[in-house]
Amino acid sequence: MVNKNAWVQIHKIILKPEERAQNLPEDTKKVPLEMWVKGYLLADACINDIVSIKTTTGRIETGVLIHENPAYMHTYGNFVPEILKIDQIVKSAFSNGEADE
Amino acid sequence: MSYEALISRKNEIMKKSVGIDYSLYEKGLIAFDYERLLSDPGYTTAQIKTIQSDSGVGNTPLKELKNISRLARKFSLPGYGARIFIKDEALNDSGSFKARRASISCYHAKNMGYEGVIAATSGNYGAAVASQAAKYGLKCIIIQECFDSKGIGQPEIIEKARACEAYGAEVIQLSVGPELFYTFLKLLEETNYFNASLYTPFSVLGIETLGIELVEDSLRITGKTPDMVVITNAGGGNVTGTARGIQKATNKKIQIVGASVNLKGLHMASDHDFNKKSFTTGHTGFGIPFITNPDRSDVPRSAARPLRYLDRYVTVNQGQVFFVTEMLTILEGIERGPAGNTSLAAAFSLAQKMKEDQIVIVQETEYTGAGKHHQAQMDFARQNGIDIYFGDPRSEIPGKSIILPRKISDIFTEEIPLAAIKESFIRNAVKDTPEITQIDLNYLVEETNSDIEFVKNILIKYNTAWEG
Repeated sequence: MVNKNAWVQIHKIILKPEERAQNLPEDTKKVPLEMWVKGYLLADACINDIVSIKTTTGRIETGVLIHENPAYMHTYGNFVPEILKIDQIVKSAFSNGEADE
Repeated sequence: MSYEALISRKNEIMKKSVGIDYSLYEKGLIAFDYERLLSDPGYTTAQIKTIQSDSGVGNTPLKELKNISRLARKFSLPGYGARIFIKDEALNDSGSFKARRASISCYHAKNMGYEGVIAATSGNYGAAVASQAAKYGLKCIIIQECFDSKGIGQPEIIEKARACEAYGAEVIQLSVGPELFYTFLKLLEETNYFNASLYTPFSVLGIETLGIELVEDSLRITGKTPDMVVITNAGGGNVTGTARGIQKATNKKIQIVGASVNLKGLHMASDHDFNKKSFTTGHTGFGIPFITNPDRSDVPRSAARPLRYLDRYVTVNQGQVFFVTEMLTILEGIERGPAGNTSLAAAFSLAQKMKEDQIVIVQETEYTGAGKHHQAQMDFARQNGIDIYFGDPRSEIPGKSIILPRKISDIFTEEIPLAAIKESFIRNAVKDTPEITQIDLNYLVEETNSDIEFVKNILIKYNTAWEG
């Protein structure tokens, strides 16, 4: 159960595949146009329920409840060792110049 | 409401949401009065400078990249290798030059009595509008194209959503597709907010200060005006505003070079291709369509018209931009976001063909952080099946490979012939008009920064007649 006034994220289909614009690439035409938005839950509900929320601008939006307290999970990713190799190439060229390979 | 029904009312919605009656500027059959569109809002350069310095925008430092210049010189002929400077625009509030564009839009919206602002952008402009809206007490909605149909988001765009929300904006995230414009129009109607489009006069006027400052900075630091300014090009506003500012600051001829990341072959509206690219802006997928048809934007007449100002247009590849981003970090101790370094990658190569007493200015940097970092973006590319390796950057295939230069001398720029771009522009402009007027003819000369013979030859090629 997610309580009224909790900060949540909802998901909604804006256009079904058949309602989408003309002239789309084939792969995009096959899938719906989807929307994600966050706001305060207007009534107690469970995940996957259709709910209404009030966004930070005060608009009411309706959609499927997908997250309570949605977090930012983006990171610097897995380590990319090529970056160390770039450092070697740059520093070596800076100090010694570059031998023709 | 259906997609087509809403789109058909586009002009009416835009007029109300931007407060400009674009029909007043139409002339001839295809022409419009560009200079009047930009001067009518009535903002002087002095006013714009004050608005910006009052709101955490502008007066960013111009920094000489002494180590990078020295490195470029090692790969130049004797006597060649220009001094490379960078305008550290990441130090604007919200972390990019886009704060300049947002500042005038938000100031204007507040003055006109709008309750809030809306912008459709997946780029730094969202954070810029959200930040400026916070200062003016305006409500703010940012609409992003963010996820593919599997719900996988571009890390760079997710970071920008976080930044917008940090500044108090409502962020609407959409899956891939041009119908973002449909959501945008619906929200403008629902809220009656100001359309803080990237393509209004306010947005372009706000960038003119960047061009003015970099000339003044260069004179103060070196005693000379720059010889070349390299500007990342996507929708065209950055080139347009900067070049206009430069022209206001000096009569000296300064070469204006646009630079974009080469994403040839990737379809911008493709759900599949969306997460195959490592750059969400500053690339040819926006650069080419907008330069050849500026009025495809979200206002009836775009104030961003780069073809009027460009002397050259070059591309670099994704691997080179990541490489140069790391070079800036490790040699100069300046860690910045990769997208803003597109013009640096180009300048590094172009400087090698310039004399050593010449000056090239890279006119922006952008902030970096989780998601919006070359480490995050290269890993994301790898997770999406892109091959990352050291090799010949010329053989990079966007969507399949990211090729990092094996050696410094592998870094190159590719020239896009401007004559071909100008031809495409004219072809697009006259495609529904079999005969144009004298006013239109002169307009095409101005728009393509060419001459009457050049325009006439192209009109003949596309079976278009002209009056007189």
